[in-house]
Amino acid sequence: VRGKRNAIISALVLLLGRRRRPRPDEIRIVPPVPRKPAAELAVLSLLGLSSLCALGFVFIYAFGKSLPDLTQLLGASLGLALLFLAAALIVVGLQLVPTEEVAEDYPPNEHPHEQQLIAELTDEAGTRFTRGRFFKLGLLGAGGSLGLALLAPAVSFGPLFRVGDFLRTPWRKGRRLVDEHGRPYKASDIEENDFYLAFPEHSSGTENEQMAASLVLVKLPPDQLRLPPSLRGYDAHGILAYSRICTHAGCAITLYRAPLFQPDEPRPALVCPCHYSTFDPATGGTVTFGPAGRDLPLLPLYEDSGGYLRAKGNFDGPVGPSWWGVRLWKAQP
Amino acid sequence: MRAVLTIIVAAVLLLGPGSAQAGGSSSGAPKSGLSAYGYHLYGEYCLRCHGGNAAGGGVAPSLHGVGARAGDFYLRTGYMPLPHLGMQPVRRPLILGDHQIRALVAYIANFGGPPIPTPQPSLGNVSQGLALFTEHCAGCHQVVAQGGYVTGALPPPLIDATPLQIAEAVRIGPYVMPEFSQHAISNRQLDSIISYVEYAKHPARPGGWGLGFLGPVPEGLVTWFVAIPALLGLCLVLGRRFRS
Repeated sequence: VRGKRNAIISALVLLLGRRRRPRPDEIRIVPPVPRKPAAELAVLSLLGLSSLCALGFVFIYAFGKSLPDLTQLLGASLGLALLFLAAALIVVGLQLVPTEEVAEDYPPNEHPHEQQLIAELTDEAGTRFTRGRFFKLGLLGAGGSLGLALLAPAVSFGPLFRVGDFLRTPWRKGRRLVDEHGRPYKASDIEENDFYLAFPEHSSGTENEQMAASLVLVKLPPDQLRLPPSLRGYDAHGILAYSRICTHAGCAITLYRAPLFQPDEPRPALVCPCHYSTFDPATGGTVTFGPAGRDLPLLPLYEDSGGYLRAKGNFDGPVGPSWWGVRLWKAQP
Repeated sequence: MRAVLTIIVAAVLLLGPGSAQAGGSSSGAPKSGLSAYGYHLYGEYCLRCHGGNAAGGGVAPSLHGVGARAGDFYLRTGYMPLPHLGMQPVRRPLILGDHQIRALVAYIANFGGPPIPTPQPSLGNVSQGLALFTEHCAGCHQVVAQGGYVTGALPPPLIDATPLQIAEAVRIGPYVMPEFSQHAISNRQLDSIISYVEYAKHPARPGGWGLGFLGPVPEGLVTWFVAIPALLGLCLVLGRRFRS
């Protein structure tokens, strides 16, 4: 008990005991600086705020389990504590720590002759190259071909040389349309004002990776169809199968605008959510809004004797995002 | 009994000329109490656009066959009555009271059509609902149902949609929304979708500020345009040489 009491008293003395007062006859080396009570007060209050916030963090952590914005409150209290601490330190650095600038001149050069010698030595050494120009040429060649090697893979970004892969589609005459679970679609399954995702039946892995594999199916009343002459007969009793890949940047078309009351509502449209390219399904997928540069490709359909939907041929144009010269090509089986 | 008779007489007197003008016959005037009150309200709020006998007036669709389901949906969301023709119906404060709405719905239901559905979101599965919502709804309504854009229309946020209203809207397809039949979305799947939307109204946000729950794009924007400039500014302030 006695040892403990002594320890506490000595700790208190250490913490609270005042510093030794200077005797009046002592001579200072550094002249006394003016006191700044306002700055000291600011530092103390900032430190106090900081400790309040930090204690608030502990309090919220302990008792705030059910608060709706727990994460935010924890972050705010800890952040404010650090911010006040930083502010206190800044005030200390700016106002309370005395700064003095002392400048001292460099000593004069001691060995001018040796310095001259070293400069001469460096100048004369290192000229082992007798054909400087050739050397520069070689360096240029190596750097240039390395740059070319780095740039060459960029060819894979676009169909500069091999466009075949972009034109190939898994669709051929007679292939059935199935949903994402592989169930074949019947014409009677397709209802107006809804839209459906479709794929080719029995497609292999590589075919599924082709952009042209996925379709969006919509049904319009036959009297609303305004297909251009080149696309006559592409629909099966008003059912239309468009490529699901937008012709602008290749996003999937996931929005279908199906007006409830035609006269004063926007027309039916397939819309791409990336840049809002809007295609009119009634007129063969023409672009009515947005950045897409060409029509949405349409897959011709027919209904077989069993009522199933089958492809009648291939798309009327290349599927997927456009590239230079895209209009020169046709989709290939 | 006497009160009911008075209402019917008043309704017939009030609406007789109006419905005759619109080309409808007064034979559609219902006799029973609630329906008759609905007939009266129809004349006041709906007749001008939807025409006599709810047969459609050329500027608005016929209400034959839409049923209590559509009546309940459009009136309880405040979509109808529409302030002016041609605009997209949006959620507005109700101007009709509960009793008035029930009366109008009863009147519309006289013309046939589906009843008000009874969704049971408690039977739904939230994770299956997320998958179905992503497939059918998220394209327009955004994956946590905050609403979005489609050219020419604004898919609304679903924060205020009740489970019943979601169930009705999926089958009706209001404005330019597709309508989903039982074949496309079964009733059980619809329960799952509703339970997911109920969840998405108050999604967990462990990371703090949700930023509309739109995913990495707004988060990146905040990082690049708010957080990084703030940090750079702080660095500039700290790094500047202060002269006291």
